[in-house]
Amino acid sequence: MLLALAAVPVVFLLVFYAWPFATLLERAISTDAITTTLSRRRTWSVAWFTLWQATASTALTLLVGFLPAYVIARYRFAGRRLLVGLLTSVFVLPTVVVGAALLAVLPESLERGVWAILAAHVIFNLAVVVRVVGVTWEHLPTDLEAAAATLGASPWQVVRTITLPLLRPALTAAGSIVFLFTFTSFGVIRILGTAGTATIEVEIWRRATQLGDIGDAAVLTVLQLVVLAAVLGWATTSQRRHGRALAIRPVAARARPRTTRQRVLVGTTALATAAVVMLPLGALVMRSFRGSDGFSSAAWRNLGRAEVRPGIRLGVDPLDALVRSLQTAAWATLFAVVIGALAALAIAATGRTGRLLDAGVMLPIGTSAVTIGFGMLITFDTAPFDWRASWWLVPVGHALVAVPFVVRTTLTVLRSVEPRLLEAAATLGAAPTRAWRAVVLPNLWRPLTVAAGLATAISLGEFGATSFLSRSGAETMPIAIERLLGRTGTLLQAQGFALASILAAATIVAVLAVELAGRSGDTPTFGPGAGAGDRTDRRDRARDR
Amino acid sequence: MTTHIPIPTRTRIPTRMRRTIAALAAAAMVLAACGGDDDTADDDTISDDTISDDTISDGDTVDLAGRTVTLLTYDSFPVIDTSMNEALDAFTAETGITIELLSGGDTGAMVSKAVLTSGNPEGDVMWGIDNTFLSRALAADVFEPYDSPAAAAIPSELTDLVPDHEATPVDFGDVCINYDIAWFDERDLAPPTTFDDLLGDDYADLLVVQNPATSSPGLAFLLATIATYGDDGWADYWSALRANGVEVVEGWSEAYYERFTWAGGGPKPLVVSYGSSPPAEVIFADPPRDDAPTGVIEATCFRQVEFAGVLRGTGEPEAARALVDFLVSERFQAELPLNVFVYPANADVDLPAEFVEHALVPDDPLTVEPGRIEEHRSAWIDEWTDIVLG
Repeated sequence: MLLALAAVPVVFLLVFYAWPFATLLERAISTDAITTTLSRRRTWSVAWFTLWQATASTALTLLVGFLPAYVIARYRFAGRRLLVGLLTSVFVLPTVVVGAALLAVLPESLERGVWAILAAHVIFNLAVVVRVVGVTWEHLPTDLEAAAATLGASPWQVVRTITLPLLRPALTAAGSIVFLFTFTSFGVIRILGTAGTATIEVEIWRRATQLGDIGDAAVLTVLQLVVLAAVLGWATTSQRRHGRALAIRPVAARARPRTTRQRVLVGTTALATAAVVMLPLGALVMRSFRGSDGFSSAAWRNLGRAEVRPGIRLGVDPLDALVRSLQTAAWATLFAVVIGALAALAIAATGRTGRLLDAGVMLPIGTSAVTIGFGMLITFDTAPFDWRASWWLVPVGHALVAVPFVVRTTLTVLRSVEPRLLEAAATLGAAPTRAWRAVVLPNLWRPLTVAAGLATAISLGEFGATSFLSRSGAETMPIAIERLLGRTGTLLQAQGFALASILAAATIVAVLAVELAGRSGDTPTFGPGAGAGDRTDRRDRARDR
Repeated sequence: MTTHIPIPTRTRIPTRMRRTIAALAAAAMVLAACGGDDDTADDDTISDDTISDDTISDGDTVDLAGRTVTLLTYDSFPVIDTSMNEALDAFTAETGITIELLSGGDTGAMVSKAVLTSGNPEGDVMWGIDNTFLSRALAADVFEPYDSPAAAAIPSELTDLVPDHEATPVDFGDVCINYDIAWFDERDLAPPTTFDDLLGDDYADLLVVQNPATSSPGLAFLLATIATYGDDGWADYWSALRANGVEVVEGWSEAYYERFTWAGGGPKPLVVSYGSSPPAEVIFADPPRDDAPTGVIEATCFRQVEFAGVLRGTGEPEAARALVDFLVSERFQAELPLNVFVYPANADVDLPAEFVEHALVPDDPLTVEPGRIEEHRSAWIDEWTDIVLG
C-alpha cells in the first residue's frame, strides 16, 4: 500500500527530473569544465553573493511575514480572503512585471542594488510565509496559549515559550521554500541588480544560452544543488525533529478582534500588508494607463486583437493567452496535487526512506530551469519517448516546481495528527484504512486546498521553466507580457502592463475560487475537536450579523 | 486526385502545372534534392512575384499537401493574428503544407537548444539566428545546406556570410545609439555623431548601455566599438567611456524603458537601441504622431543579420525547403518591417512609408565577421566586464 503510494511520485521524479538532469550532466560535464569553472574567480563571488542574499532575504521575509501570518490565521476581518488573494497574486506575477512596477515606485537612490533586491524578495515571498505558517497556525490549539496567559505570562512570553516552538516546523518549512526561491532568483536579480550582479542561476543561464557553454553551466548547476542540499538537508532534519503531534483542530475558530488592542493590531497589520502588496500592483495598473503625454486608456481600448494602426496588429490575444494559461494551470495543479499528496503521505508514513523522497521533491526548484529544460530536450528525443513540445510537458514542468509546496503544506499538518487518534480508532475495531479515512483524511482537505491554490498560482505566473521548454501554438500570459515589454513603442509597453494587470486579477480570482471551493467542502467531515470549533465559528458569524 | 509522386528521382512534371506555386516550389526542391549544381537553371523561373498573386494549387502536382513542417523561432516571433501569420496561412492554403510554430526562448536559448539537438532537431526550419550566434550553429552542424533559388533576390553582402548555404539570410537591422531629439533641442546641444564625441564633456553621464554579457544589443554595441577601434583600441575606449560616466544596465527593456529620457522618463538622453526604434515610436505612439521623437547616430550602428535554415535531420526536407523559399519570398518578407521591425533581406520588397521616412539604414554599418565573434566572444566579454564593471 505504502509502496504503491510512493511509487507515483518517485516515478514522476525519476522520469521528469532525474533522467533529464542525468542525461544533461552526462553529455555536458567534463573534467575540463569542472576545473575551469571551479578555478574561475567569478564562480565563487557569484556563489557567495547568492548565499548571503538568500539568507538575508529569508530572514527578512520571515520577520516581515510573521505578524500578517498570525493575523490572517487567527482573526476574521473584512477583506481577509482578498488580502490572501492579493498576497498570492504578487507571489506569482512574472518577475519582469513586478520588477518594472517596483522600479516605478522605489525612490531613485534605492532603485537598483542589494536593497532593491531584498525588498523585492520580501514582497514576492510574503505569501509563502503567510500561507505556510498560517495553515499551521490555524491548527494550533489556542487553549495552550490561553492557559499560559491565565498563568500570568505576558503576550511576548506566550509567543516565545508556546507559539514559536510550536510554529517552528512551519517556520522552517516556509523558510526553506523562501530560501530556495531567493537562492535561485533570476528575474529580480536581472531587473533590480546593478549590472554584473548575478546569482548562480543567472550565471547558469548566461553560460548556457549567451555563451553556449553547456559544460560550465552543468558544473554550476551541480554546485548550486550541493549548496542547497546542505542547507535544505539541515532544514528538513530540523523540521522532522521538531514536528510533534498536537491535538490539532482543523481550522480553529477564527475570532473577530475583540479588544481595542486586537483591533489595532489586526487593522494596522492588514493595512500595512495590503499597502506593501498594493504598491507594485497599483503601479502596474497605473503604467497600463501611461501614454507619452500622460494618461491614456488606449492600451485597454485596443486590447489584444484590435488593429493599433491600419494593417498593424500586436499579435497578442489576451483572452487566448489567458485561456491557455488557465488550462496549463489546471493540469499543473492536478499533477502537483496528486503527486504532492501521495508523496506527503508516503513521507509521513515511512521513516528513513521517506527522507529521501522528502529531499527529492525539493530538488527540482533548486535545479536551474535552463538545465532541466535543456535536459528534457535531449532526453525525450527518441521514440517512444519523443515528448519534446508535447502539450503536457509545460504543465509537468510547472508541477515539478509546485509539488514541493504541496508536500510542505500537507506534511506539516500530517505530522501533527495525533497518533493516539489512530490508535483509538484501531482499538475501536476500525480497519487501518477505515481509521485513516476517519482520522487523517479530513485533516488533509484544508492543506491540500491551500496547496492547490498555490500550485495554480505558481503555474499561472511561471516564466523561467516555461521559457526554456519549447512551446507550440499560443503563448501563456507571462510569455505574451514579456514579448510586449521587450519591444519599442509606448502602446506596446502600456499594453504589456494591461495584460499584467489582467494576469494579476485572474490570479486573485483563481486563488479565491480554489479557497472557496475548499471551504464549501470542509464543514461536514471534520475530525474530533473540529465540531466545536466549527460551531463556534458559526455562532460567531451569527452574532456578527 | 492526390497521388503522391515519390521525390528522390528527377520527376517529370507536366508543364501546364508549372504555373502553380506548389509546382514551382516542388520543382525547385526536386532539383535541389538531386544534389549537384544544376538547380541554378531554375533560378529565373522562380520569381517571387509568382508567389503572391498565384492561384491555389491543383493538388495533383508533386504533392506536399498534408505535410506538416515545424518552424522553430525565438519568443518574439508573433504566433497569432498579425499579417505575418496571415502570410504563413496563405502558404498553407497554397501548398497544403501546415506550419507549426514552436517557440524556443530567446535567440541564445534557441541556438543552444539547436546545438544540443543537432542531427535530431525539434523542428524542421529554424528562424532568427543572428550573425553573433551563427558560427556556433555552423560549428555544430545544425543546418542542412540548402541554396534556395528564392535567395537570388538577396544582396550578396548578406549571402556572403553563409558561402556554403547552410542558412539563408532573412532580415537585417542595426543596433545604434538612439537620442532623445527634444532633450537635445531644449539644451541647444547638437547630439553626438561619433564614438569619439561620446568621450567629450558635453556628453558626460548621458549614455546608458546594456551589459554585453546578458543582452544582445549590449553585445552588438561592444562589437561596434571593437569594429571601430580594433583589437588594440577598444579597451582604452571603454576605459575612457567609463570615466565619462557611461551607465550599464542588464537588458534592453531596463535601458530603454527605465533609464532613457524619452521612453522611460529616466535621466539618460542617449541609449543603445535599434535603428528601427524611431519608426516603432511613430507607429506605436500614443497619442498618434507624425514625426519621430528619437533619432539614430549613424556612425554607431552595428549590423545584425538574421538567418533561417533547414535543420539537419528533419523528417520533412522537401516541405522544409519549400518553407524556406517562402520565408524569403516577397509575400512574406513584405510583412517583416511593420511586425518585427527589421529590414527584409529580399531587396525586391518595397519598404513601408513609415520606414522610409523614420528609419535609418546606415550606408556603411559596422560589422565583425561571425567566426571572429564566436572565437572571441567570451574573452571580449570578460575583458569588458573587468574594464567597465570591475
